[in-house]
Amino acid sequence: MKIFHAMGLTLLFLLATLSSSGAAEADLRAIIAKFATAADFSETGAIVLELTATGDPAVERSLAALADGNLYIRAADSMVFVGKEGSDSIQLFDPISGEAAGEASADDLTQIGVNNTLRRTVRDALGTLTLGSKDPTVRIAAADTMFKTPDAANIGPLDAAIAGESVASVKALLEQARAASILVSDKPEADKLAAIALIGARGDRNAVSLLTSVEANASGAVKEAATAAIASINSTLAFWDAGQNIWYGISLGSVLLLAAIGLAITFGVMGVINMAHGEMVMLGAYTTFVVQQVIRTSYPGLFDWSLVIALPLAFLVAALVGLVIERGVIRFLYGRPLETLLATWGVSLILQQAVRSIFGPTNQEVGNPSWMSGSFNVGQLAVTWNRLWILVFALTVFGVLLYVMKRTPWGLQMRAVTANRRMAASMGIRTPWVDALTFALGSGIAGIAGVALSQIDNVSPNLGRGYIIDSFMVVVFGGVGNLWGTLVGAFSLGIVNKVLEPYAGAVLGKIVVLVLIILFIQKRPRGLFALKGRAVEA
Amino acid sequence: MRGSFSTITKMFSASVVAAGLLMSAPARAAEDTIKVGILHSLSGTMAISETTLKDAMLMLIEQQNAKGGLLGKKLEAVVVDPASNWPLFAEKARELISKDKVAAVFGCWTSVSRKSVLPVFSELDNILFYPVQYEGEESERNVFYTGAAPNQQAIPAVDYLMSKDGGSVKRWVLEGTDYVYPRTTNKILEAYLKSKGVPAEDIMTNYTPFGFSDWQTEVSAIKKFGSAGKKTAVVSTVNGDANVPFYKELGNQGIKAEDIPVMAFSVGEEELAGLDTKPLVGHLAAWNYFESVNTPENKKFIADWHKFIKNNKRTTNDPMEAHYIGFNMWVKAVEKAGTTDPDKVIDAMIGVSVPNLTGGYATMMPNHHITKPVLIGEIQANGQFQTVSKTPGLVMGDEWSDYLPDSKDLISDWRAPLSCGNFNVKTGKCGGKGTN
Repeated sequence: MKIFHAMGLTLLFLLATLSSSGAAEADLRAIIAKFATAADFSETGAIVLELTATGDPAVERSLAALADGNLYIRAADSMVFVGKEGSDSIQLFDPISGEAAGEASADDLTQIGVNNTLRRTVRDALGTLTLGSKDPTVRIAAADTMFKTPDAANIGPLDAAIAGESVASVKALLEQARAASILVSDKPEADKLAAIALIGARGDRNAVSLLTSVEANASGAVKEAATAAIASINSTLAFWDAGQNIWYGISLGSVLLLAAIGLAITFGVMGVINMAHGEMVMLGAYTTFVVQQVIRTSYPGLFDWSLVIALPLAFLVAALVGLVIERGVIRFLYGRPLETLLATWGVSLILQQAVRSIFGPTNQEVGNPSWMSGSFNVGQLAVTWNRLWILVFALTVFGVLLYVMKRTPWGLQMRAVTANRRMAASMGIRTPWVDALTFALGSGIAGIAGVALSQIDNVSPNLGRGYIIDSFMVVVFGGVGNLWGTLVGAFSLGIVNKVLEPYAGAVLGKIVVLVLIILFIQKRPRGLFALKGRAVEA
Repeated sequence: MRGSFSTITKMFSASVVAAGLLMSAPARAAEDTIKVGILHSLSGTMAISETTLKDAMLMLIEQQNAKGGLLGKKLEAVVVDPASNWPLFAEKARELISKDKVAAVFGCWTSVSRKSVLPVFSELDNILFYPVQYEGEESERNVFYTGAAPNQQAIPAVDYLMSKDGGSVKRWVLEGTDYVYPRTTNKILEAYLKSKGVPAEDIMTNYTPFGFSDWQTEVSAIKKFGSAGKKTAVVSTVNGDANVPFYKELGNQGIKAEDIPVMAFSVGEEELAGLDTKPLVGHLAAWNYFESVNTPENKKFIADWHKFIKNNKRTTNDPMEAHYIGFNMWVKAVEKAGTTDPDKVIDAMIGVSVPNLTGGYATMMPNHHITKPVLIGEIQANGQFQTVSKTPGLVMGDEWSDYLPDSKDLISDWRAPLSCGNFNVKTGKCGGKGTN
């Protein structure tokens, strides 16, 4: 976004210096000065239209600033400036040339108010003006805007832009925008039919939106063609919708997997009903918050790395707390599940309240690094970056954990203690230490899950509450004591949930899933992948 | 077995002690004080919103004491923690009234907590000041509603969206958390929209559970609903914690306020504090107060708040203003009645008028609701709201919605001789039932 903005500004600067002659500039200044006297949003809107009507690219600086809420009036002389907020004053820039014009305190300036309608007006206006931009992303944005707001007057500028366009993908978008404008013009029917075919080929929701309004206003062959195009797009979209639901399910599954995977160790492998598991996740999220706070105040350049830095720290914090809980409480309660449940519940309350008194009860802001913001399209499927990274992360954690359990001496000891504690002890394994470290590992993994979950959920003392039931559900459903069971369990619950949701709604969908799990557990009490062997029977 | 049991008891008492320590223990002070009960959750899911109100009340009481107290006595706050647990609200309310003998109670946030304490207040005849916007369809003798009724928030918000300034919205998504406030509000809004000629297929209603965090399906459904060639807006009654993931998903899926604005009734400065608001600029909220409102009263209130809470970043919000109004009204009514006896204060309350923080006056009406201005604000990059529309005058709280068939004939007037909260003007009898 920032880069985009900076590029836009440099470009504006170039255009402004190249094309605006002295006389035209004086006219623009006269119009811009009127902003100071506009009484309400509609008057401001009228001035925006007047500025665009000049067709001079030099107006872009002031318009862009207006839309971003950065256009100010200086109280002393009613001059209009582009402002940039500094730490305690506002730096001023000339609205046309962009030259620095000193600074002023916020009290001496009045910000020109904008609302959504005004922002739309500006965006539409900038659409036409930025068609000739050198930056393809700006041209794509312009084409997109013009597609959404078709206007017969756009055809001319679009024709010129298409003729000069060298990038094929941008050209296609420009042609679609032109087609959209043709549909609202009084061009002959043949042109309109061709335009509908072109838009129909685009095949996304915006195309449906446009064609629906065309269908409502047209008659005869155009109306029929529009109806047919809408039907064909909708049938393709229905296919994409199904794909989308599956993807959402996978994404929910990855969140469930992350939340449950630590529990798969503490509950699944060790048999400890750990109600404080969710709080370990919360501790991880708060560690991320603290890391980001430190980065914000001391090393702002490192912000994109904050999550990477937070990962080991969150693991250590949660593992340490887990270790203390195991040594302090749980080791006295092995083999007494009910009491463990109550004790860990108490621990979870203590942890929540401790966090609440240290950080306060309100949500804390954990920012998304730039590589985790926004989305990209696969066909008609919008994939958000944060969900994709969380999926990758969940699978990586799973892989590493599997490796530790199956391929390292420590994992071997863990499994030995689980399978037959007394025999393991006879072989010289220090079972109490293995217990403690296993619990710490499970807690630490919950901590790093917290780092990921801080990106999509609230960072508040209640964070853990929302995940504890789901985590137990996943582990029990997948089969206690089996990591693969947790993986399959998480993804199948996620997908079933998300496939049901569009039809049943979120509330009913969740209920249906719970009922299904209850029925399933009746049939297979040990879950999907039941452990076999002596340990189970013992 | 016994040994382990004592361990558990220890664990539990430890957590109880921890929770107890965090509550600011009321100063067991001099004999002759007037006690004021504060019934807000300090732990559990609602702590995020309610703790702030507890602090605001403590500040208001401290200020009143600095001014010399009330009727020559000092005020004393009695704080209890109902822990976001609805039945516990009733227990704690009983404790406040019977054991601590408070003169009035300021508290509750969710409608279900209010409904849970209603019988206690009418049985023990005490006063509750309820500071949060709610669904209406209620008017109790012992409750003063200082938050907005639907006609002071929801209806003007929808009117704004339908206006030219608001984007002439034609298609509506009513998105809410699944409990009484969103369901009743959406029922009223649906009836209202239909009365304005919006066809049923242009209204989509959807509910999600409390604390919902995976909004992918809902947001893409909104996107889909919004692509029908008509200007679409979302009216959100999503509550509390679920808002942050909702807005994050909106931002990530690229829904911009210029295309599909979201008008929220439960998102204030406090909720935005946990969010990066840059992708949300332009989304809307309807309240009766914004921290950004530029009046001398509000500037003083914010400065006092920052000083009291010792943190310059803490925000103020609409329910805090409601407590500010409610508390000042109570003080004035007690002075007028010359006693803190709830019966006399309830009668003295009607007609009491105090300044609000947005440069006007709030007056207590005979239906126990107050007059308020309605402000529509757009979210700014700094986490504050910029007022884009304000009702020209004050709006009177209408407890029984005119748009619901069950309640349109009901009125409330707690003055003698009517003294009825649900008088049916058609049948001429007291005791009508609304929707709920």
